[in-house]
Amino acid sequence: MSASRVKSTKNAAPENAGRRRFMTGAAGLTFGVAVGAPLQNLVAGSAEAATGSIKLNNWVTVFTDGTVAIMSPAAEMGQGSLTALPMIVAEEMDAEWSRVHIVAAPPDNKIYGNPAFRYLQYTAGSATVRGYFNNLRQFGAQVRYVLLDNAAQRWGVPLSEVVSEPGYAVHPKSGRRLSYGEIASFAKVPAQAPEVTVEPVAKAQFRLLGRDVHRVDVAGKVNGTAQYSIDVQLPGMLYGAILREPVDRAAPRQIDDSAARAIDGVLQIVPLEYGVGVIATTPWAAFKGKQALKVSWSREARGWKHSSDSGFANFSRIAADSGIKGVAWESVGQAAAEVGKSTRVIEGEYRADYAYHAQMEPLNSVASVTRDSCEIWCGTQSQTIAVDAVAEALGIPAGKVKFNGMLLGGGFGRRGNRDLEFMVDSALLSKASGKPVKVIWTREDDVKNGRFRPQYVNRIRAALDDKGKIVAWHHRVVSDEALAYMDPVRFKASKGRDNIAMRGTELPTYDIPHRLAEGLQQPTGIRTAPLRAIGVGQNSFANEVFIDEVAAHLKADPIEFRIRQLAGHPLAQRGRHVLEEVARMSDWKRKRSGRGLGVAYLDYSGTQLAGVAEVSLGRDGRIKVHDFWCVIDCGVALQPDNVIAQTESSIVYGLGLALTEHIDVSGGLVQQSNFFDYHVPRMRDMPDIHIKLVQTANSPTGAGQMATPLVPSSIANALFQLTGVRLRQQPLLPQRVVQAMSDAGVQLA
Amino acid sequence: MSNITVELVVNGKPLSVTAAPDTPLLWVLREELKLTGTKFGCGVGQCGACTVHLDGEPTQSCLHPLKDVAGRKVTTIEGLSPDSSHPLQKAWVAEQVPQCGYCQSGQIMRAAGLLKQNPRPSRDEIIEYMNTNICRCGTYVRIARAIERAAKGEFA
Repeated sequence: MSASRVKSTKNAAPENAGRRRFMTGAAGLTFGVAVGAPLQNLVAGSAEAATGSIKLNNWVTVFTDGTVAIMSPAAEMGQGSLTALPMIVAEEMDAEWSRVHIVAAPPDNKIYGNPAFRYLQYTAGSATVRGYFNNLRQFGAQVRYVLLDNAAQRWGVPLSEVVSEPGYAVHPKSGRRLSYGEIASFAKVPAQAPEVTVEPVAKAQFRLLGRDVHRVDVAGKVNGTAQYSIDVQLPGMLYGAILREPVDRAAPRQIDDSAARAIDGVLQIVPLEYGVGVIATTPWAAFKGKQALKVSWSREARGWKHSSDSGFANFSRIAADSGIKGVAWESVGQAAAEVGKSTRVIEGEYRADYAYHAQMEPLNSVASVTRDSCEIWCGTQSQTIAVDAVAEALGIPAGKVKFNGMLLGGGFGRRGNRDLEFMVDSALLSKASGKPVKVIWTREDDVKNGRFRPQYVNRIRAALDDKGKIVAWHHRVVSDEALAYMDPVRFKASKGRDNIAMRGTELPTYDIPHRLAEGLQQPTGIRTAPLRAIGVGQNSFANEVFIDEVAAHLKADPIEFRIRQLAGHPLAQRGRHVLEEVARMSDWKRKRSGRGLGVAYLDYSGTQLAGVAEVSLGRDGRIKVHDFWCVIDCGVALQPDNVIAQTESSIVYGLGLALTEHIDVSGGLVQQSNFFDYHVPRMRDMPDIHIKLVQTANSPTGAGQMATPLVPSSIANALFQLTGVRLRQQPLLPQRVVQAMSDAGVQLA
Repeated sequence: MSNITVELVVNGKPLSVTAAPDTPLLWVLREELKLTGTKFGCGVGQCGACTVHLDGEPTQSCLHPLKDVAGRKVTTIEGLSPDSSHPLQKAWVAEQVPQCGYCQSGQIMRAAGLLKQNPRPSRDEIIEYMNTNICRCGTYVRIARAIERAAKGEFA
């Protein structure tokens, strides 16, 4: 579509011209005029120079020079939301994209909260576009209505005769045009938002959405100007480091700081409830000071007793003991009873180790605390949680916290916990010193004080009918508590259902009439968090390796078996399609010498995906992934190339979780410390990645992490095809492969 | 350990810095000179986020204490080009390489070192050379593609 084309005839004239309704509710849409609204732009220069402006709602301000400022409520951590959300508004208001300035929205759940998280301003779960999509379309359409209505009144023509072109209201009959900037100079904004309907996605003709515009944050990321919180510089700023309790809630008991104080540049030692802070004139002095501290810790905390090995044994026992009931996550039909009475039951146990986020920017924050207020600079997945966490730590009202949102050097779930401890660090040290303080975690701090993807034992029992169809599925998930630790507020509202640990156990698209997923989350005292793909990362591993075992038991082709099971649900047809496509792309039926192929399918929040891995096995038990094919259908792709980029990214992330990444806990202590013993994928580990984006006219359902869970299961399934040996624990470490081969009496080639 | 004053040339400018002698060049660049494009990732030479050129060679600035860089020439991402016009920077934008972006200064500086010594590297040579630098967002495919495009002279 050319840029000057009228948006669409059907959409040209707002349909409900006479009807006006005040839109209330959590979206908090209000109309009002603001002249010269101050703007803070996260990525480029501010929308300056405007002598006047008209604020059309909390999302859009049109300046008289034609510049349009659009708020972006999400945190930018590389996933592209900073660009994608304003594109939705720009699409519906028919703004000229080159004149759009994107402004980071301030913390305000009522206005900028994500509908997918009950209006919490929280960027996670690949739920940003999905959550905001409908509202932002609506807001954009309302803005367009107001602009066109003003033009119509100025021209004295019926609104039905006015159409838009990007940045303009146009009256085709008379050939008159007014730019949005011109309209802003005289427009009256109604006190109540007009009611405007947008076309359903299946019918909508998008002009901007679906086009590969450059992400607005990229330019600053190739020349060093992109600003993360670690880059913040303030006059008179000091530096902080924190020796944190090695185990959650193990408070410092005795502190010997004599060596730390002797270090040049160390100014102050600050005992905290959860550790000991060091304030210094340079980061290097702060790190050295921290290292020189000698601290003993209280031993009462639960975590001291937890080790990975004993945890697995304990979790496995709980998973197998059907007398211990869990909290139902998904319950359809009578799964436990059906499995109980079936004579054809297949069973499997699957495990996952703790895993670490390893975002490239070690956690840090900057705070400047005065007597009764605080200004913070941080990269967080929730702006409003940040404000609340800092206010609570300082004992000041949230209104006294000024928040400056920075780019995130990776998030992956690590920066959205309710207590945001890495942000509180700088607030407390700034308060103690009376100066602005930047607290930087070293990589070792980031690993040792990590909050991990929980350790898991999953047990699945399924009943087959006499035709070899799965008819009942009982999945018990034992893991550390995740949601209860990372966000007690959300957990309280969840009725004990641990969204972080349990997501992915639901199986709506597989036609299985009886399904039960039970959560048995354990209080281990280990620090946990969501990690990219949250529970889906492990639960889908269990599901898809198990399904593969069932297919093998039935001597069925793994793809054909899955396709047979995909029925009934509205999404099932799209699910079958991605599987058929991935079979075609990977030439699935062709046997490769010395290589195995494995498949996985996933319905993730409605996004349909299938992946195929091609692997070989070294004599040392090392798995090499040569190719990975992935088909993704996430509905309408707002920025198709970015969906591809996010899928590449989720595949690489899944590769590390599949093959090398594990945190071991011994007596509560994290055994790994840096990238030399926590191995993340490097360029040499890359398979050839082949991605097909299937665009369908459905509402967007998310893309930021969807492919991650496909990788461990498809690799395990490929290893089975290659060797006949089944691995049931991720990561598939060489020593585990060697052990499994030896247990099965299979020789390594 | 008391502070020392060291003369060095950063992005073509001679200057002197006073800091503890064991301070890694990384922290001198970031917090003394406010050249924050060079990033801290691991502190132990494992990730490459802090890659700069030292006398023209890419190296990890977290591994060089201030006392060892006296009189040497340092180029950071800020000094690679005055206006993001280096072919690699253009290629990085064309390929939309960065995601979170935190590692990308280091990636670009490493890639610039590669092209200086090997203007037309093969895909395998790129992979071997760039293996030092971690990108947790997994942008490796695009990094390799961007280097190839820059090496072909597409952005010269």
